[in-house]
Amino acid sequence: MNRGLTPSQTIGPFYFGTLVNGYRADLASSAVAGERVELAIALHDVDGAAIPDGLVEIWQANSHGRYNHPDDRRNLPLDNRFEGFGRASTDATGVARFGTVKPGRVPWPQGGLQASHINVSVFARGVLNRLATRLYFEGDPALSEDPVLRLVGPARRATLIARRDQAGAWQLPIHLGGAGETVFFDC
Amino acid sequence: MSEETYRRPASGQHPPSRFDPYKSTPGRAPRLPAIVLPHSLSEITGPHLRDERLDAGESDLTRQRMGEPLGERIVVQGAVLDEDGNPVPDALVEIWQCNAAGRYHHPGDQHDAPLDPNFFGGGRARTDAMGRYRFVTIKPGAYPWRNHHNAWRPAHIHFSLFGQAFATRLITQMYFPNDPLLAFDPIYNAVPERARPRLQAAFDMDATQPDWALAYRFDIVLRGRAATPMDNA
Repeated sequence: MNRGLTPSQTIGPFYFGTLVNGYRADLASSAVAGERVELAIALHDVDGAAIPDGLVEIWQANSHGRYNHPDDRRNLPLDNRFEGFGRASTDATGVARFGTVKPGRVPWPQGGLQASHINVSVFARGVLNRLATRLYFEGDPALSEDPVLRLVGPARRATLIARRDQAGAWQLPIHLGGAGETVFFDC
Repeated sequence: MSEETYRRPASGQHPPSRFDPYKSTPGRAPRLPAIVLPHSLSEITGPHLRDERLDAGESDLTRQRMGEPLGERIVVQGAVLDEDGNPVPDALVEIWQCNAAGRYHHPGDQHDAPLDPNFFGGGRARTDAMGRYRFVTIKPGAYPWRNHHNAWRPAHIHFSLFGQAFATRLITQMYFPNDPLLAFDPIYNAVPERARPRLQAAFDMDATQPDWALAYRFDIVLRGRAATPMDNA
């Protein structure tokens, strides 16, 4: 039996309540092991303007590099207080903020390890299909050997790499199009 | 290590990123092609939200306030399946919609139609072992929007699903069968023609409740697993 996929549609401007209530943008209580990081993910349209009605979701491994999911069967520590999922609306300046722990490295199917990264989904009015991208951390020595960054041309890799601001938060501008268009993945 | 991946959608299933009749898309659509990512653990895992506690009554949008909302009470039910017809059990289904007058309980919605103090418009349910879900709600109204002259959205309910993996995440909209506004709606018509009917619920006489509510069936199909998982041999 081969059933046709249900097509994607935009989240629209009026998502609320069910989608945002109940999900804290803080993924990790102080009891969760790992290096605390603050993320500031900023959405921009093709003209560079802020997108104040977007929704950002993140999905990540714990600090040991294990995903809280039955298909990750590796013998690494799992902390049931850390699911690894976050969801936040953008504010009036187009920024979605999260507090979490830095994920550990996870393997690549053809061997080796990926650099520490967070998987990101972007939804907004005018966005008909979920936009999937990644957040990496500037200064990570593993960036140069990351197999996904190698799939991306060197000129565009920087669009996936968050930088620390003066307050210590990791800033990642996501440009849906235009100058500096972010790399999105067919995943 | 097991690497059970997900099939890539064939073309003609999803809308393009840019569909100019829907005027918000050109300013928010990537111009460059997405880079095809081989599936690693990052893509084949995803939030299950099994610990997310659903309050009793979250799936009944007519009983979330002091009184019953105005409008035509309906049952919306269906199954979440993968492309091979396998049920997706224990999956969180989130919905949101406007009220019977066509207005959302949202500060950004300034449509000149009444709010209903007895209708919030958000609900959640979890699929059972057969992938089935069920909501009770009221039929949402059509409403005007400013996309073009005399633009009206057909009545619809927004659906959000995770499936089993980051790769299967889906947000979509359910429409009602034979709605005359569908022909004029650029969001619905952004979907390739042969896939559009999948977004229309079916009137479901068998699921109606006599003297109480009509019913609609909306099955949702998420990406299936790739044919041959390479497990620990």
